[in-house]
Amino acid sequence: MSEFLQFLFSGVTVGAVYALVALGFTIIYNASDVVNFAQGEFVMLGGMITWFAHAAGLPLPLAALIAIVATAALGVAINKLAIEPARGAPVVSLIIITIGASVFLQGAAQLVFDKQIHSFPAFSGDRPLRIGGATIQPQSLWVIGGALVVFAGLWLFFTRTLLGRAVLATSNNRLAAQLVGINTNFVMTLSFALSAGIGALAGVLATPITLTAYNVGIGFALKGFAGAMLGGMGNPKGALAGGFLIGLIEALTAGYLSSTYKEAAAFVVILLVLFFMPQGLFGRKSTERV
Amino acid sequence: MPKLSAKSATLLVLAALIAVTPFFFPSGYYYRVGALIFVNGLAVTGIVILTGYAGQISLGHAGFAGIGGYACALAPTHLGLHPSLAVVLGAAISAVLAWLVGRPILRLKGYYLAVATLGFGILVAMVLNNERALTGGPDGIAVPDLGLRGLLKDWGLELTNGQFWYFFCGLVLLAGAWIALNLHQSPTGRALRALHGSEIAARTVGVDVARLKLQAFVISAVYASVAGSLVALQNKFITPDVAGFMHSIEMVTMAVLGGAGSVLGAIFGAGVLTLLPQALTVLAEYEQLVLGLVMMLVMIFLRDGLLPSILRKLRGTGE
Repeated sequence: MSEFLQFLFSGVTVGAVYALVALGFTIIYNASDVVNFAQGEFVMLGGMITWFAHAAGLPLPLAALIAIVATAALGVAINKLAIEPARGAPVVSLIIITIGASVFLQGAAQLVFDKQIHSFPAFSGDRPLRIGGATIQPQSLWVIGGALVVFAGLWLFFTRTLLGRAVLATSNNRLAAQLVGINTNFVMTLSFALSAGIGALAGVLATPITLTAYNVGIGFALKGFAGAMLGGMGNPKGALAGGFLIGLIEALTAGYLSSTYKEAAAFVVILLVLFFMPQGLFGRKSTERV
Repeated sequence: MPKLSAKSATLLVLAALIAVTPFFFPSGYYYRVGALIFVNGLAVTGIVILTGYAGQISLGHAGFAGIGGYACALAPTHLGLHPSLAVVLGAAISAVLAWLVGRPILRLKGYYLAVATLGFGILVAMVLNNERALTGGPDGIAVPDLGLRGLLKDWGLELTNGQFWYFFCGLVLLAGAWIALNLHQSPTGRALRALHGSEIAARTVGVDVARLKLQAFVISAVYASVAGSLVALQNKFITPDVAGFMHSIEMVTMAVLGGAGSVLGAIFGAGVLTLLPQALTVLAEYEQLVLGLVMMLVMIFLRDGLLPSILRKLRGTGE
């Protein structure tokens, strides 16, 4: 039993990171119908920039803040320089652009930082807490709390603020939103900044546990996408639940089946969802206007 | 003078390039580079069928190359197959896997295939890295000799190893291009391009969209598999890198750089991206940076790719 609890804790911890990535996917997907394959690189950048700034002597909170702001700025730059100029391009072109951005950021991280694996100290020490015969790192609570706070913040933003409603309006119908005076370009900028910032936050919170390196992004992207899809593409609640579920499935696979092939769990989930319920747990069946 | 069809013109240009270029090689090393371009060109021709004709994208085609390559390493030792039959076996396994993976996915929107193939490629690389007992793990594994060069020697045609692989890969590439060009002009090819233009329009005129996309996916997987086999047989060695994510990205970049809509364009792209690191070894560290940049720039500014854009400029149609 305590073994199961242990797997549960580690599953919820990584699941929280996947949920944050899935939320990032969802924000951009809703605002623009673009699936941003560079989403995982934001997580990598959050971790790497924080490590770099911290190693250079800055206090950890400041380093983390710099990482989040810098990554958000990069997200905006990707939107302005690579995605906006290609508006109206076929899906395949947009996929190639965002994958290109992902590969580019990986290449840049190798050059600016290095190819080593890095970490920085956990926020509240390393003394594990004992719960029901299992242990949990204090950092795990930071990650899980972070995911829940971000979700609550997004929910408040999208339902209670005018700006949040403008984003929702844009995702429903871009042209109609423009007609009622919403600056849809600003909405896009905001979505990319938010999404990149959330990704970077995930990297900051997770790095003391999962470690970071220039090439960790693609794995986060794949699992975050699996989470978003499992929950139902474009549904924030679904993204949260899907992310946590993917984390749990992965941890249980590692615990009971094979730790070598835990990475395969996300892929198997993707295939099963596509086979049996392409609309996901919370999603609606999609129809396309011609 | 009778006007050549686009198909014959492409094949003639390609055959002429393969036959004439060796006269300008300063050393035997260039045969190796040439063979590498042809193998990459073959894999990328498969991408043309999938991306250029059918408008779908795969981020995991290196996985099929890995299957083709490791089939040549494993089937001769474990099943006692001749290496040439191992190529066929690898292609068959790739085709079946592509069919299994593609069938549920290709009914859905474009990015689902991208994600599923991305996961598939990572999975294949993971298996090749982890099953050390079978695959030798990250260190790679030896591949037996194809034996064709020895056979040619018995028949009185003596070639160096470099020359043999240069011409052999060149011929396979010609065959692959011929098949792709025939497909382009067939009713299937027309239907594929129709669904590239608009899936819904194609469906309303009676095109079985899901089945056609699946066909294109399976065919392109076979191309990648055969290319992987050729690499393994030529090097007599293979590592899991052949199935790696970056190799998949290289294939897509080669195709879109040259022009995914045209066989010759894509092979041209394969040539450029194969030569570039050879010419500028300092570039090795910048490889990912350059690949990513090329992908974005081409898709933003030259969506048809380099070669079609150049040709259009030359013809002065300025369409």
